[in-house]
Amino acid sequence: MPTLTYRDALNQALREEMQRDANVFLMGEEVGVYQGAYKVSRGLLEEFGPMRVVDTPIAELGFAGIGVGAAMAGLRPVIEFMTWNFAVLALDQIVNSAAKLLYESGGQFPIPIVFRGPNGAALQLGAQHSQAWEGWLSHIPGLKVVAPATPADAKGLLKSAIRDNNPVIVLEGEMLYNTKGEVPEGEYVVPIGRADVKRAGRDVTLICHSKTVAVALNAAEQLAEQERVSAEVVDLRSLRPLDDAAITASVAKTNRAVVIEEGWPHCGIGAQVVDVIQREAFDHLDAPVLRVTQADVPMPYNKQLERLAKPSPDKVVAAARRVLYLD
Amino acid sequence: MEALSPTMEEGRLVKWHKQEGDAVKAGETLAEVETDKAVMDLIARADGVLQQVAVTEGQTVPVGNVVAVIAAPGETVGASVASAPPPTPAPSGGGMRDARGGMRDAGSGMRDAGGVGPAPGDVTRVKASPLAKRMAREAGVDLKVVTGSGPGGRVVKRDLEASASRALAPAAAPAVVESHPASPIPHPAPSGAPYEDVPLTQIRKTIAKRLVTSLGPIPHFFLTSEVDMERAAEARDALNRRLGDRGKVSFNDIIVKATALALTKHRACNAWFQEDHIRYWNEVHLGMAVAVEDGLITPVIRNADLKPLLEIGHEAKQLADKARSRRLQPSEYTGSTFSVSNLGMFDIDQFTAVINPPEAGILAVGTITPKPVVVDGQVVPRRRLRLTMSCDHRVIDGATGAAFLSTLKGMLENPLAMLL
Repeated sequence: MPTLTYRDALNQALREEMQRDANVFLMGEEVGVYQGAYKVSRGLLEEFGPMRVVDTPIAELGFAGIGVGAAMAGLRPVIEFMTWNFAVLALDQIVNSAAKLLYESGGQFPIPIVFRGPNGAALQLGAQHSQAWEGWLSHIPGLKVVAPATPADAKGLLKSAIRDNNPVIVLEGEMLYNTKGEVPEGEYVVPIGRADVKRAGRDVTLICHSKTVAVALNAAEQLAEQERVSAEVVDLRSLRPLDDAAITASVAKTNRAVVIEEGWPHCGIGAQVVDVIQREAFDHLDAPVLRVTQADVPMPYNKQLERLAKPSPDKVVAAARRVLYLD
Repeated sequence: MEALSPTMEEGRLVKWHKQEGDAVKAGETLAEVETDKAVMDLIARADGVLQQVAVTEGQTVPVGNVVAVIAAPGETVGASVASAPPPTPAPSGGGMRDARGGMRDAGSGMRDAGGVGPAPGDVTRVKASPLAKRMAREAGVDLKVVTGSGPGGRVVKRDLEASASRALAPAAAPAVVESHPASPIPHPAPSGAPYEDVPLTQIRKTIAKRLVTSLGPIPHFFLTSEVDMERAAEARDALNRRLGDRGKVSFNDIIVKATALALTKHRACNAWFQEDHIRYWNEVHLGMAVAVEDGLITPVIRNADLKPLLEIGHEAKQLADKARSRRLQPSEYTGSTFSVSNLGMFDIDQFTAVINPPEAGILAVGTITPKPVVVDGQVVPRRRLRLTMSCDHRVIDGATGAAFLSTLKGMLENPLAMLL
């Protein structure tokens, strides 16, 4: 199986879907001539031409709205945001138009659109450009939200997102684009709504998604080496719908859980996961579920403070020790 | 007197760790109490001063009786509590009121309504994780007798691990791992009296009570099979040569392991009779009868089918040591799904063991003896072992028990069969 970067896996998914369906087109800032701020759309303008790879002005609300209109007219737009921090400007189109038109038109207008781009903090980009939006986006009925952590999942989930007849949010990561992994060639689709066990274990479940999958895997390695604890790493992959069954099955096995996310704690994804656990796995719990999140502050610019504000393997190990009653 | 084991009805106060007037903190050991199973610590359930000791060392009192009074500093106890019956409602007047919950053991009417100091916590509420509560419910274990190791004394999974439903049940005959315990029978009194009456200890009372619930109501039948142990002996010698200083595998370890493995293939024999249903266990927890001074007890090797021989041997020895020093925790002697009683070291050829209810079977292991045996038409000496299985006919029929015994015999006669 070929090894690809996350960036090239996304590129492959876009190319394959554009080849497969002439209604699929890509639109956003710098996606064409510049080939994408993170080079996700490399080669696409050349292959598909300016009618299907469309450069836009710096006007997120505008091109998100054009995308919704195009979807109403029967096309399948993929809207790239340079980062989700800029997509805040487009939330009216995403939340009030894309998510609601099927409902408000009495089922007449399905909106098969994909909104994608990097989410969460990278390195020292400051408070306004270092935010994880999945809690906001997953809150909205009418949207689906996926957050792939590996190149294979990036390809498989983007293909599913493009084929879905509902608006799908694809959360990528600046720090993920260069990561490498094996990616199946050709038709490889990951269904939306299925979590994936990235590492099997017995003693504690680490629930994570996107960049925190690497954090959890690192913590699981430390736990195995230092504490002889066998941690199971469950990658949610899809945040709406959430794979309640996979979460419950893992906690039923391990009896303990730590939920990790890049976002802030209040009303975060982890809060929703904990709700599933307390409801569906109550009698399996041997300890309260703990969460590891970004510190509840705007992201500091200072390098050391930024490091301390982010979820880290050490914080996950410490939380796991607590739910295992090792302290 | 707190119930310190699931079946405890009375307790004998062995030793006070605190004297009247001592300050005590919740969680500290007040005294040692001999229950029907073991000597356990009686724990203070509230902070304060040990104001009054109501039971003297050596005295036996029923569960629920007052053993001591803990009061707030400077507080006066209103009522005499010595040898008091179980708590009754508080007498009226005098500014006294019944202590709620927290002073359960302290009898009536001794807590000043003015509330000097914080009220004691409610000891009737047991803090336990949802999982621990479920495990306890399923196993029929009273959470109050389990010591919680989590934050604030929370009972968690590891505290209940493998603790299962019933109280200890003695097996018919004591088996011993290695050393023999001291004889429980007292030496003849020097006075030359024709006899001596010795009061029943708690453990003898339990044995007496439990055994008549076994051989009486349970329809026992017995199956005996003679096993050729030559190849098991060769395997054991080879393993021990290889192990060198790292440990020794005993015949008992091999028999325990083989029994556990054979049970995994004969679930019908790994079962509990539960009056209106039969519980077929998917896990194998082997009870191992151990003789202790003045009685016997069956500590449990959990998941014996999954453990390597050395671990079984190590655990058997540890459990036997703890049993003899009477330091077994309830979780260590409850929950077995089948038992083994070994009298091989007493040179017993074969015997029948009494079933340890609610289990459906027990295996009685005799001594390994060289015997003349006909092999290929020649009489040759072979080391032989007699196994007798007692079966509860309500669960196991003759052919079912025989099939299990045949698998076990096959494994012992050809230890490689354990790998199948």
